Amino acid sequence: MRPISYENWYNDDKVYDACGLIGVMDVTGERFSGHDIVKGIVNMTERGNGLGSGFAAYGCYPEHADCYALHVMYTESESRPQVEALINESFILVHDEEVPHNPTPGLHHPPLIWRYFVRVDESDPNRDPQDESEYVVSKVMAVNTAGLGAYIYGSGKDVGVFKGVGHPEQIAEFFGIPEYDAYIWTAHNRFPTNTPGWWGGAHPFALLDWTVVHNGEVSSYGTNRRYLEMQGYHCTMHTDTEVMAYAADLLMRRHNLPVEVAAKVMAPPLWVEIERMPAQEGQLCRTLRQVYSSLLVNGPFTIIVARQGEMIGLTDRIRLRPLTAATQGNRLYLASEEAPIRLISPQLSRVWTPVGGEPVIGRLGMSLDREDASPQSRTAQPRQAHALAPVG
Amino acid sequence: MAEVTSALEIDASSLHYRELNARLREAVRDGVGRVDLHNVYGQRYLGTDLHRPIEIHIHGTPGNDLASFMDGPHIVVHGNAQDGCGNTMNSGEVVIHGRAGDATGHSMRGGKIFVRDDVGYRVAIHMKEYEEQRPAVVIGGTAQHFLGEYMAGGVLVVLGLTLRPGERHIANFIGTGMHGGVMYIRGELADYQLGKEVGSVPLEDDDRHLLEGLVGEYADHFGGDPAAILSQPFTKLVPLSLRPYGQLYAY
Repeated sequence: MRPISYENWYNDDKVYDACGLIGVMDVTGERFSGHDIVKGIVNMTERGNGLGSGFAAYGCYPEHADCYALHVMYTESESRPQVEALINESFILVHDEEVPHNPTPGLHHPPLIWRYFVRVDESDPNRDPQDESEYVVSKVMAVNTAGLGAYIYGSGKDVGVFKGVGHPEQIAEFFGIPEYDAYIWTAHNRFPTNTPGWWGGAHPFALLDWTVVHNGEVSSYGTNRRYLEMQGYHCTMHTDTEVMAYAADLLMRRHNLPVEVAAKVMAPPLWVEIERMPAQEGQLCRTLRQVYSSLLVNGPFTIIVARQGEMIGLTDRIRLRPLTAATQGNRLYLASEEAPIRLISPQLSRVWTPVGGEPVIGRLGMSLDREDASPQSRTAQPRQAHALAPVG
Repeated sequence: MAEVTSALEIDASSLHYRELNARLREAVRDGVGRVDLHNVYGQRYLGTDLHRPIEIHIHGTPGNDLASFMDGPHIVVHGNAQDGCGNTMNSGEVVIHGRAGDATGHSMRGGKIFVRDDVGYRVAIHMKEYEEQRPAVVIGGTAQHFLGEYMAGGVLVVLGLTLRPGERHIANFIGTGMHGGVMYIRGELADYQLGKEVGSVPLEDDDRHLLEGLVGEYADHFGGDPAAILSQPFTKLVPLSLRPYGQLYAY
């Protein structure tokens, strides 16, 4: 190929960016390599700037599936003995190891990253046996607020969280993402705007088995954070997205709200829309806005939230950030753009733009080939077909 | 459309958008009549900064801001387009054999965009016109919210051909902040779907003439019977004020 001369009067050095998101779920629970998700997120290279990328993998630790996988990032490696002592006195340690990684050109000063597969001692008389999740949350918060330069940034059963400062292809190479198999994968390519690009500030943000990847800005961060602190959640990662992970945990685990209702808390319908709703639905939305006004997430956002058995895409109510959804076979795809989905799966049975504030929900055991899922469908979304099935 | 004097095939699979656009500039300079881009996966700004007629066929999924600032070429997308297609486009034509994303026709100043199926949010946002420059966006399917937001000129047509019998357009806040141009929407709209700044007025002969032309072109591109499409009633929307926010910050 002969050399190309640029005849560009306008000099397109100015590149417009935003974060990039992608999530892929196999609704039968079949696990697949991280190869595809890497291909997808790398395709959206324009959306990031090298200051953060990360991956979440569900079902990637089958040998320790019943253990909480505590992923710990040590920005100060000398604090490791102290943190390990805390882990040992709080949990039964089944296995621990440094998270395997490869030397990767261009990655600077990666922190020490370790993972601990732990169980909660069921015979501990000092602990409420009904509330194992609360116990784990309290221990995560205790470590993260201890000022040790150590952060538990992943704490789910059979959930891997891999993230750092770098381009997606670098973070993927560093952690060897294609070597893991999972049935839900989410990934993020970061273009930080208001908060620093550091290893802990890369997405996904996680607590228990919740993970969140996010494109946008949480203008209501202060309000959301103060409310969550009253509920025992402490923000330590210096990034707005963190409140989304804790809000998901509070609303859907602790308060046991269905996803559809939690979505109406975080991205509530506008008052003019509520006025037009049938009486009962309008009353529900009004009540949610009153009870959870401090968890309304204001500002432009698209998120992909996941937990065991479920992957959810949601945008703000007036859709100021992009999200494309698609299905093919047993796979549900969510991404900031269509191209990365096509790169993974050139054939798609449906592609659509979800309506702002209405969640797209993928669940284990659901069917993606329902009658209302025609290619023309604009608002039809995968909906619950079966109750949440256990994974294992 | 340029007469095809020579043709060029480009495999885009390993090319960054800058390389791809450089190749397109080169093709225009060399007087190539038709370029086929294969394996396009998300490369942005395709067709930008091209100032002469050329026919570009895109096979795959072009990235955001397709045809942005484009001035003359004719682009055919054999697939779907993403967000911001036709951003500030000056002249030429984009024909999309599929759907398109948010903000299609964003700030467009001239030329035409035809989308066979549906589009996302904020289509034709701040589209504008000046003297002979009058852009047109024709959507075969339906659109999502904030259709024609802050529209300042040009023609926006929504045909609703993908709606099933009895199904209505879902778009709300249509024409919010609109202060120029005209919208024609085939199918019924409720009052609440309209932004505060637009009103519905009856169609006149000039409107029908304009629609006949655009619907005819749509059918030439994608098939369909123009007479059948035109036989259904259209809603014509125009701005109620040329300066809707003139008093917003003045007391």
